[in-house]
Amino acid sequence: MSAWETVIGLEIHAQLATRSKIFSGSATAYGAPPNAQANLVDLGYPGVLPVLNAEAVRMAVKLGLAINARIARSSVFARKNYFYPDLPKGYQISQYELPIVAEGAVDIVLDDGALKRIGITRAHLEEDAGKSLHEGLPGVTGIDLNRAGTPLVEIVSEPHLRSAKEAVAYMKKVHTLVRYLEICDGNMQEGSFRCDANVSVRRAGAQKLGTRAEIKNLNSFRFVERAINYEVSRQIDILESGGQVVQETRLYDPDKGETRPMRSKEEANDYRYFPDPDLLPLVLSDAFIEEVRTTLPELPDQKAARFASGYGLSPYDAGVLTASRELAAYYEEVVRELEGEPKLAANWVMGELAAALNRENLEVGSGRLPAARLAGLLERIADQTISGKIAKEVFEAMWSGGRSADEVIDAQGLRQITDSSAIERVIDEVMGKNPAQLADYRAGKDKLFGFFVGQVMKATGGKANPAQLNELLKKKLGG
Amino acid sequence: MSELHKRTLTELAAGLRARKFSSVEVVRAFLGRIESRQGTLNAFVSVTSGQALAEAAGADRALASGGGGALTGVPIAHKDLFCTRGVRTSCGSRMLDNFVSPYDATVVARLKAAGAISLGKTNMDEFAMGSSNENSYYGPVRNPWNVQLVPGGSSGGSAAAVAARLVPGATGTDTGGSIRQPAALCGITGIKPTYGRVSRFGMVAFASSLDQGGVLTVSAADAALMLREMAGFDPNDSTSVEAPVPDYVAALDAPLAGLKVGLLKEFFDKGLEAGNERRIREALQVFEKLGAQLREVSLPNLPLSVPTYYVVAPAEASSNLARFDGVRYGYRCKEPRDLLDLYQRSRGEGFGAEVKRRIMTGTYVLSAGYYDAYYLRAQKVRQLITDDFRRAFAEVDVLMGPMTPTAAFAIGAKTDDPIAMYLNDIYTIGANLAGVPAMSVPCGFVAGLPVGLQIVGPHFGEARLLNVAHRYQLETDWHTRVPQGYA
Amino acid sequence: MYDFALVFSLHHAHRRTLAMALTREQIAGIAALARLNLTPAEIPVYQESLSKILDFVGALQRARTEGVTPMSHPLPGLSQRLRPDVVTEQDRHEEHQRNAPQVAAGLYLVPKVIE
Repeated sequence: MSAWETVIGLEIHAQLATRSKIFSGSATAYGAPPNAQANLVDLGYPGVLPVLNAEAVRMAVKLGLAINARIARSSVFARKNYFYPDLPKGYQISQYELPIVAEGAVDIVLDDGALKRIGITRAHLEEDAGKSLHEGLPGVTGIDLNRAGTPLVEIVSEPHLRSAKEAVAYMKKVHTLVRYLEICDGNMQEGSFRCDANVSVRRAGAQKLGTRAEIKNLNSFRFVERAINYEVSRQIDILESGGQVVQETRLYDPDKGETRPMRSKEEANDYRYFPDPDLLPLVLSDAFIEEVRTTLPELPDQKAARFASGYGLSPYDAGVLTASRELAAYYEEVVRELEGEPKLAANWVMGELAAALNRENLEVGSGRLPAARLAGLLERIADQTISGKIAKEVFEAMWSGGRSADEVIDAQGLRQITDSSAIERVIDEVMGKNPAQLADYRAGKDKLFGFFVGQVMKATGGKANPAQLNELLKKKLGG
Repeated sequence: MSELHKRTLTELAAGLRARKFSSVEVVRAFLGRIESRQGTLNAFVSVTSGQALAEAAGADRALASGGGGALTGVPIAHKDLFCTRGVRTSCGSRMLDNFVSPYDATVVARLKAAGAISLGKTNMDEFAMGSSNENSYYGPVRNPWNVQLVPGGSSGGSAAAVAARLVPGATGTDTGGSIRQPAALCGITGIKPTYGRVSRFGMVAFASSLDQGGVLTVSAADAALMLREMAGFDPNDSTSVEAPVPDYVAALDAPLAGLKVGLLKEFFDKGLEAGNERRIREALQVFEKLGAQLREVSLPNLPLSVPTYYVVAPAEASSNLARFDGVRYGYRCKEPRDLLDLYQRSRGEGFGAEVKRRIMTGTYVLSAGYYDAYYLRAQKVRQLITDDFRRAFAEVDVLMGPMTPTAAFAIGAKTDDPIAMYLNDIYTIGANLAGVPAMSVPCGFVAGLPVGLQIVGPHFGEARLLNVAHRYQLETDWHTRVPQGYA
Repeated sequence: MYDFALVFSLHHAHRRTLAMALTREQIAGIAALARLNLTPAEIPVYQESLSKILDFVGALQRARTEGVTPMSHPLPGLSQRLRPDVVTEQDRHEEHQRNAPQVAAGLYLVPKVIE
């Protein structure tokens, strides 16, 4: 039992998957040439004004409903004032006192299988900033404002997380959720989904929170875990050596695996929030909110519960298979094609398929192995045309060759031998070739049973039905 | 055709339509006047002669083929706060001295679509911050009635240009009186519409919740015509109101019998000069003669409008002007040492003294620890003032009172005392805080200098205001007076 | 309740002791927050005028505002209009960058920023 307790709260920034920006008609596509998608509004030109994107509002409401939060009937946009070259207007339009979503929660599964509810204080709409590019430009920084004005929903958790692992589990849960809702593409490498972590430690049992550090801009689950773990031990070291943690903004350096204070945030911030006079209160009717509710898909927790009860899967397997909407849909298509065998399907989707996808860094929706094809393979296991072991070979051939299971099985002659007389013929041959072993076996050396199984399998190229072989061999060897 | 400049905007539009004269002739006539008077008045920052003449030729072709809009071929000018595509839009600031707007403000586009031809951009107090037009990077504008005096501000260039008949009408913006006060001090007609009536898109923001575009013209009839063409809903401005624009011109002639006029008790208090008060009282008698019923009305919170304004406006301005940072457009200091130096010197050198004063005031009142005491409190008092107006308009149709405490003052007289300068806005600011429409109408002279009557209406009461002013102008000729040397 | 005489009298507030006298350090702090470089000569000028302005607007403290909702917008009852999610803009960065002090390869340039 550690003498220190870690307290973490996450601020997750999810870019909303709208076509156009939150306050302008510029495209939000990733990877355009510098400033090609920054129009006069995004550039903060003199005289321009913001007009709110309906889809961004709809998406924020969708999130709020999915986390059982309160949807504000009236919310207000405010200006957060600070100077930074990637912030064209000198202020960020955000929501401050009256956010669109408040008081929600999600459940995460702990290591021991228990559920833990993580409170979500609020989720608000805001605009993203541009990007500062430092590399390859001697003595200067380049500003690309394509990202400026991309809609974000900032999801602020309560400080309910107690370890880096919990923080990652929570972040993954939210990641799953926003993708289910189709409000964010979840692409962390492109920065579509990222977080700031507020980390503090206190003596176990203490009531008062310790001084926190905010680690900015973490854009992978691994970095979240490493950055928090580093930060926790850094703070404990300071406190144990009698020092004091300074409240500050820090940056995680993935190369060094450390956090360091952020230079640009050294001075005390005074954001001078006030309601943005260019935007009116955002008023939502009950009818609008109910209409959005009808567009909610089956949510991950609901789906996992249905998988567990409907398909007889373990909660763990149900959780894995519902981690993304695409994976769950794939799984269900396999089961539908198979007309049963949900456990067999689960084992293969989580086993061979997941491994193959992982190996080649592919998404389940890549189309490399359509669900119907995998079902075709599993059908041959179910009807005993091939054994599970052979099926793995067939899977590899299907994966790399793009053929159906039957095509592979026929082409390579892998059909399982289930004809008893054929198996008996091979057993007789093997017994004839190995009289010494047969005698030993019959004299009580039971261990030699395995030897005979192996010889028969070798002779049939592994195609003999294992159960049948077992049975027949016992009978024959017994004389 | 040397007398073309004596015609009002309405007469010019009609004459062009009837093809009594051509747009090229009209535009030439006014450009000639601008050229000869610019040196004295400094009313313009940019004159776009070539473009204007080319557009005038186009207007003549349109008119010849029976086409054109309500203002086809009529010259106007824009306050240099409105963005004009391909033309420098300076806001009277060194910060934007090199800024060429890539787009037209909605107001500019609408007037262009109606056929109006812009002759250029008028001088103004830097970023519309001022009441005397002394705060311009391009130097002060002079009052055509006496060039030693200020024309008022911040739309002082527009006011002086119209008063001197350098242009028959001009756009302006009014955040705390910036259309009405210079209109009064220059002896012309000016209207600030209801907040949300005219699009703010492309109108460089000073204080977003107070700014409103409007017009400065010779007469109320001219204002009705010009405003009708530029008002209306704009999907690019979230604060623009989706309501049809009435035909202000058609409504001009309605009789005033039974009009209930409220006299703003607080405005006739200490501070109003006796001469000015006399002119206002005389104007009120004209309205009585026209059948209006006068009664005194009190707006008890109105005296707090100046302190309220000088919290709200600088607060919004401090944020609105943060975008001028020397990165994407505008002034950048020479050889910045680092980013901070780039920001601080670009802004420190690019902005003038009054702009910096207001940015700092706004920064302070929004900062941690002071927000509640200043900004939040000002917003509450703003509500009280607005409630006062609402109560008043439940009883009367329009409110009347003085426009300014005194007539025009000397250039330099108040530049060292910001509070004295701010008090020029004492009668104008209430309408901005409440968002109600208000106008200034010439109502006589004190010692040879024009005095303005203020008429304030309820939200979206522009048609009534213009009607009231027009009926008054049918009875009086103050609005037709031209400063000596400019006839 | 209030009258303009009061407001005018506030104008002469500097004749008595200012309740709201800002220090040089405060002025420097505000200027830093607003990213305004002030010359040493400008500081006392703003020190005096801002102190006067704050004293002047201090009149707001006398208003009775209990229970009053702060007003951030002059048109009551209106709410934010929503724009359909449609891309309406094209790449115009070259035109936009004609106004820019320093650009390269489509980027706006500033002195090196250290994060």
